[in-house]
Amino acid sequence: MGSTQQAVCGPALGILWATMAYLPNGADERRQMLEAIGAASVEELFRAVPERLRHPVMDLPEPLAEQDLAGELERLAARNQPLGALDSFLGAGVYRRYIPAIVRAAIARPEFYTAYTPYQAEASQGTLQTIFEFQSMICELTGLDVANASLYDGATAAAEGVMMAVAQTGRHRVVAAADLHPETLAVIRTYGRGRGVEVVTTDDVSARVGAGDACAVVALPGFLGTVAEIAPVAQAARAVGAISICCADPIACALLTPPGDLGFDIAVGDGQPLGIPPSFGGPHLGFMAVRQELMRRMPGRLVGLTHDHDGRRAYALTLQAREQHIRREKATSNICTNHALTALAATVYMARMGGAGMRRVAEISVQRAHALAARLTALDGIELADPDHPYLWEFALRVPGDAGGFATAMRHQGIVAGLPLGRFDPDRHEQLLVCCTETTTPASLDRYVEAASRAGRPVTVTA
Amino acid sequence: MNEAIEPGRAAGPAPEWAGEEPLIFELGGDLARGPREVEAGVPLRPLAELLPGVALRIDPPSVPAIPEPVLARHLGRLARRNHNLHQGIYPLGSCTMKYNPVVNEELARLAGFADIHPYQDAGDVQGALQLMWELERLLCEITGMARISLQPAAGAHGEWTGLRMIQAYHAAHGDTHRTRVLIPNSAHGTNPASAALAGLEVVTIQSNPDGTVDVADVARHLDSRVAAIMMTNPNTLGVFEKDILEIARIAHQEGALLYYDGANLNALVGVARPGDMGFDVVHLNLHKTFSTPHGGGGPGSGPVGVAEALTAFLPLPTVERDGSRFLLDHDRPQSIGKVRSYYGNFGMLVRAYAYIRAYGSSISAVAENAVLNARYLQSQLHGIFPMAVTSDSMHEFVATTRGSRVVGLRALDVAKRLLDYGVYAPTAYFPTTVPEALMFEPTETESKRSLDLLADVCAAIVAEAERDLDHVRSAPHETPVSRVDEVEAARRPVLRWRPPE
Repeated sequence: MGSTQQAVCGPALGILWATMAYLPNGADERRQMLEAIGAASVEELFRAVPERLRHPVMDLPEPLAEQDLAGELERLAARNQPLGALDSFLGAGVYRRYIPAIVRAAIARPEFYTAYTPYQAEASQGTLQTIFEFQSMICELTGLDVANASLYDGATAAAEGVMMAVAQTGRHRVVAAADLHPETLAVIRTYGRGRGVEVVTTDDVSARVGAGDACAVVALPGFLGTVAEIAPVAQAARAVGAISICCADPIACALLTPPGDLGFDIAVGDGQPLGIPPSFGGPHLGFMAVRQELMRRMPGRLVGLTHDHDGRRAYALTLQAREQHIRREKATSNICTNHALTALAATVYMARMGGAGMRRVAEISVQRAHALAARLTALDGIELADPDHPYLWEFALRVPGDAGGFATAMRHQGIVAGLPLGRFDPDRHEQLLVCCTETTTPASLDRYVEAASRAGRPVTVTA
Repeated sequence: MNEAIEPGRAAGPAPEWAGEEPLIFELGGDLARGPREVEAGVPLRPLAELLPGVALRIDPPSVPAIPEPVLARHLGRLARRNHNLHQGIYPLGSCTMKYNPVVNEELARLAGFADIHPYQDAGDVQGALQLMWELERLLCEITGMARISLQPAAGAHGEWTGLRMIQAYHAAHGDTHRTRVLIPNSAHGTNPASAALAGLEVVTIQSNPDGTVDVADVARHLDSRVAAIMMTNPNTLGVFEKDILEIARIAHQEGALLYYDGANLNALVGVARPGDMGFDVVHLNLHKTFSTPHGGGGPGSGPVGVAEALTAFLPLPTVERDGSRFLLDHDRPQSIGKVRSYYGNFGMLVRAYAYIRAYGSSISAVAENAVLNARYLQSQLHGIFPMAVTSDSMHEFVATTRGSRVVGLRALDVAKRLLDYGVYAPTAYFPTTVPEALMFEPTETESKRSLDLLADVCAAIVAEAERDLDHVRSAPHETPVSRVDEVEAARRPVLRWRPPE
């Protein structure tokens, strides 16, 4: 393990136990317990395990005291450059939005973070009510009828939506917009492959979707930040008996006509912008909302309102006949553990901000992104890559020469200028995806423009 | 009003305990305005000009903005309605509800871990990549596997990922007829559900009276159509599969692979390794064995490990080391592809890494104490509940109310009455092969005192049921709500708040 001391692990019965922080029993208790069991030693409790399998030689480091452990992890953390210490313009599906302190305080409460999935409703009303609130807010945000308790992330939520459409229609082809997030598209393909589901991508989904298709999948906004006219996709899908799925950014839903109002059957997305830190890509939060008719095909947990035997309002997990622990191979999905705690973070975020607050955050992001784009495109050699497409708070920027080189030159000045797009599309190797949010300060915009005016000159792009 | 809950009973109860907690929508928040927000700080232009032709929402979403003091109390009151590990034992079998070290929570929130972006240059996230690289090696040592993908978000996700790799392995060997997977009838429901999601056909294997897999039944079903056998070891009754080496031998002889559901690894961690038993693919639940918190139902993390022969099929990307530099490898042509966005539930990986480093080479103390605690609790419950099997159990055991001193006492009633004592219920009605099952898993982080208390409470409940079965059958009586009507919830699903008509 790097520079840490190595030790060979052998039978350590009893020797180190007393020093282990998370084991409450001492030698006396253990002796009493063995006596009660009628065993001579702890080793005897493992007699069912063939002896040749027991106590393998493992190359594991020495145990650490809490102070050393914290030091070790702090050193690793210090080898990362947090976004907050830089001027960051990275987005591309993961956003650095301001997180009100009460969100962190809520999810740091052991009553919430140490609890299990709320099977015993009477001792889990706190978790159950917050999930019911989450479901309700996701419905308000997306304009749809029913939302579930959460899924893993936006990409797997989209894949689950596709699997629902396949089950509902009995068809095995998916027509997806080419501007879906590349990770979402890749995950849909992996999920589909096992079940013989073919995925085709196109720039014109409404023209392409036909009677053999299970669903049409589009994004709001697209991976490059642009907003296409997607209502016709929902209509075209309905006309051929296919399900329409919109992969939506939740903050965008506070500003734009939401998927349900546009006619979509299913909205999915990643709730990370709702009070969840980037955390190197996880844990984030998958959400899903659907029309009433699709309720019983939904994957995962659902919390319903009911009453207790004294007539008080109470909540419980419900419609469990869809789920793996009841239906096994006939379940609507294999999901069991979902993302309840990040759903709680999103619930507290939405309650603190309100619909109006989330819309305001969206507006600030739009204003800043457009102001930055205007200033950058005034520089020589820098222009918008897709000038005819309206965009929210992200835009593809064409820079002189290779975008990777530009980003490196900018990074030397403490600026993460955006995501070089060549990795996703070689035709866009001169482009960067640039993002602004309410955490991208006006001073940060000034520094970007100032640095770009230097880094943008081809002669300086040497790194 | 729940009369059992009165001032002084719990420290400083709020009056809202007496009744229903309002929903966020009922707290009188502001629909028209959010909290004070930063200024945009740039010249403002009309949205219609910035977003030509884009359909805007007329009204913002109908979610009220709640003032912080009101929201704080709402959350505080809801928090008190949850049983949790800082309050008492949580002996849910199969769920491994061990204590979650507080220091790990602090460490995962360091800006260097929480405030980093998955698309930052590798040079800016060397610490994160190093942590993932090291965690993979630690887990490989502990499981005996060649490589591990840290990406799956939960156990079920790991199962499906593992099965996709098994399918890719067979396909790469031109073996396209292997479309079946053998699963014991005592398995977790996720096993068959994951197999179905992967497009595999499930064949159910019978178990022996002690819950172990019937080797003869496995042999009967093994043929060239079988892709894999999925097993949990110890199984869902807490019993070690004594014939595991023989099952591995006959599976491999027939060209099938062996899949290990790691839900019960807490019984064996550091003492024995699935890789040494012959398992080819292993998933772990970091939120069970490696103490990352359950969060009220996630986020978890379900890394999946493979033997050498399957490493080419691991999901994209893998974490690699080149000298002293760590990097992500997306160039793996035989990979099954991406199974989720980015690289895994990184925040959970930080916690699990910290947990393993705290134990280090003494990690076997976890399994040894987990088994000692479970066997001790079982010894104290003998005579209170009949046990489902006579074989030695390991980190968990299954009792039943069927055949107890009280005719008509159901597992559900015991489970609900336990809640009145500040004890969470064991897993009830699982495995489904045992009638009126109560599955106890105390974990290694419970003290002897806590186990004695649980046994005393169980004895008191059975004694009470002998006197007054109705009182037990109508439990709970002391919780914030009385028994919840789950039938009503399912019959007339109300899944969201709606404004009053």
